[in-house]
Amino acid sequence: MATTPAPAARRAEPGMRGGSRVRRAFASASVPLLFALLCAAGIWIAHLGPEFLLRELLSRFARNALLVTALLIPVLAGLGLNFGIVIGAMAGQIGAILVTYWNVGGIGGFALAIAIATPLAILFGLATGALFNASKGREMVTGFIAGYFANGLYQLLFLFAVGSVIPWHAPHMLLPQGYGLRNTVDLLGIQYALDDLIKVRITLEGSPVRVPVVTFALIGLMCAFNVFFQRTKLGQELRAMGQDPGVAATAGIPVDRNRVIATVLSTVFAAWGQLFFLQNLGTLNTYSSHEQVGIFAIAALLVSGATVSRATVWQALMGTLLFHTLFVVSPLAGKALAGDAQIGEYFRVFVAYAVITVALVLYAWQVKQGKR
Amino acid sequence: MSERAIEPRAEGPAESRAGRSGMVAVVREHLREIGIPRFLIGLFLLLLFAVAVLTKMDLPSLITDCVLRIGRNGILVLALLPAVQGGVGLNFGLPLGIVCGLLGCVVTLNASVGGWAGLGLATLLGIVFAIPVGLGYGWLLNRTRGQEMMVGTYLGFSIVSGMSIFWTMAPFRNPELVWAIGGKGLRTTLTLTNSFDKLLDKLGAFQIAGVTIPTGTLVLFAAACVMVSLFFRTRMGITISAARSNPRFALACGISDQRTRVQATLFSTVLAAIGIVVFCQSYGFVQLYTAPLLMAFPAVACLLIGGASVDRATLVHVIIGTVLFQSILTVALPVTSQVVQGDFSETARLIIQNGMILYALTRKGSR
Repeated sequence: MATTPAPAARRAEPGMRGGSRVRRAFASASVPLLFALLCAAGIWIAHLGPEFLLRELLSRFARNALLVTALLIPVLAGLGLNFGIVIGAMAGQIGAILVTYWNVGGIGGFALAIAIATPLAILFGLATGALFNASKGREMVTGFIAGYFANGLYQLLFLFAVGSVIPWHAPHMLLPQGYGLRNTVDLLGIQYALDDLIKVRITLEGSPVRVPVVTFALIGLMCAFNVFFQRTKLGQELRAMGQDPGVAATAGIPVDRNRVIATVLSTVFAAWGQLFFLQNLGTLNTYSSHEQVGIFAIAALLVSGATVSRATVWQALMGTLLFHTLFVVSPLAGKALAGDAQIGEYFRVFVAYAVITVALVLYAWQVKQGKR
Repeated sequence: MSERAIEPRAEGPAESRAGRSGMVAVVREHLREIGIPRFLIGLFLLLLFAVAVLTKMDLPSLITDCVLRIGRNGILVLALLPAVQGGVGLNFGLPLGIVCGLLGCVVTLNASVGGWAGLGLATLLGIVFAIPVGLGYGWLLNRTRGQEMMVGTYLGFSIVSGMSIFWTMAPFRNPELVWAIGGKGLRTTLTLTNSFDKLLDKLGAFQIAGVTIPTGTLVLFAAACVMVSLFFRTRMGITISAARSNPRFALACGISDQRTRVQATLFSTVLAAIGIVVFCQSYGFVQLYTAPLLMAFPAVACLLIGGASVDRATLVHVIIGTVLFQSILTVALPVTSQVVQGDFSETARLIIQNGMILYALTRKGSR
């Protein structure tokens, strides 16, 4: 029955049996291997030492891992890659902006930001989920466009309504014209609030480097939740829906309701993820911090060999590590190779897009073969 | 109009007998036929013009700009039509064709071919590049049925960012095109002043009531529309539409929709290449690097605002949509800047454009 945990890939390729399992294992490992090679080549070209890499990756991993895990539940539910996590990120930013406005700093401020962002994210998730239910079969493109649409509303709110319609008693945060937030918001109050809750420093390249143990612990907790969630009744229902929504509906699973729940969970995690990201970075680019969240998180997940219909916690973590290694390395490698860091920057953006394209093509290809 | 729009019309006369409530029904019926989003967008445009009149803005120059923008973007919107007609859906992969057109422009500029010969050569090269690209893209879309829009979007993104690397590395050496420092890598914006800048816009341009009409560009847009509509009356065009509306029936008649979908995608890509050359000609600049990244979205919004759905579009939709949306985009900036500071038009564009696409994607029964 649908509740037995069968790998989703089997649904896509019903004809495959025993012998091809090796080939499939190789196929799923080939993507991360390719990226590992690419990273290694970049490291070799740019002559990067392990200490430098470790320093860069410590903070980058802590910043981004949660955003990547936010993608897992929609994949399980058969919604595909949730490009709508951008909307969750906006909820997180609203929390960060308000906390800064009220001058609540430290871990209390961070907790307050989470407390503000969560109900907002639930609301946004409900709306996104409703959109997904109205556009079955093209959830990904809908989520993608919904992100842009929400960006328009977000701009309307913070660029025009704040300070004019909504009273705002912090003129230093506003643009010279008296309304609209400035392009950057300093989050000094909550910077490192979580990362430095327990201060741990290691010495790399002769200088102390922050080890965000609390952030790592929370990321671990979220991963554990994701694993645990898959074993719950709801998790099993989502898995059944991901394999065949038709069969799941006949079996009495409330498919539409569960799809909304999956979207809400993903949106809330994305809001938290964005707050994790921002408290480490310490500054908010009011109008652009959220824009790239979707593609970078999705590309990071896919780099690990995850697909549109199957992704694990392990893949999310490994993907984050690989993708951000490439992110650190490619401008430096570009500089060493062509004397121009810009080329490396174009290259990493190209890689992000290309990885998503290839994953989408493979997914659509498999679904089509499965139907045949 | 779509089948759904015809239904209320059939009920119309019976309801109108009921007197005053009949009037309401008639109004509602008209409203439904226009579509609520299109109605709201039309209203917004009227509001913008009302503000322009009230604040005594220079109306003829506003309208001049509108007409200019309509001609400039027309063919790019038109390029979406064959894809929808061929059953591929909204072609978010428009940047593929656009990049081909840009490459045509750059090669032409690099060879210092100016004037009409330059415009012709750029268009021709654009078409030549677009043919293999369109074929490949069509082939890929056949293998990714059901996800065409997402694949198109991200393939477009990949190609645009991949081409960014190409623009920096490519062996173009014309000092007018490359960065002054270093002597290599194309500039982000190339000017057409000494080449084919505004050739079509100025061809037969005339003034009427203070409004300048860029005759050449508009005539070319009209000609392209006529060409497309004639194409869909030819044997190939009819098979493309037939395969879209009923693939099984078409197959029984010996038409493979695998073939027609590739043809439709190819046609769309080639039109996009021509469209961007016309765009550059009118704009006066060739924008490289990330400029084409998001170009598909306003074009798609134009088509949808015109009344098209994900699987049905006509020439009327192209024309109405281009006129409505491009007018809003043109008028919104100067008009709203009278009332509020900051670029409100950009925010309005984001909301209208993506709201419209979302509306089309979530419409029931349009699958």
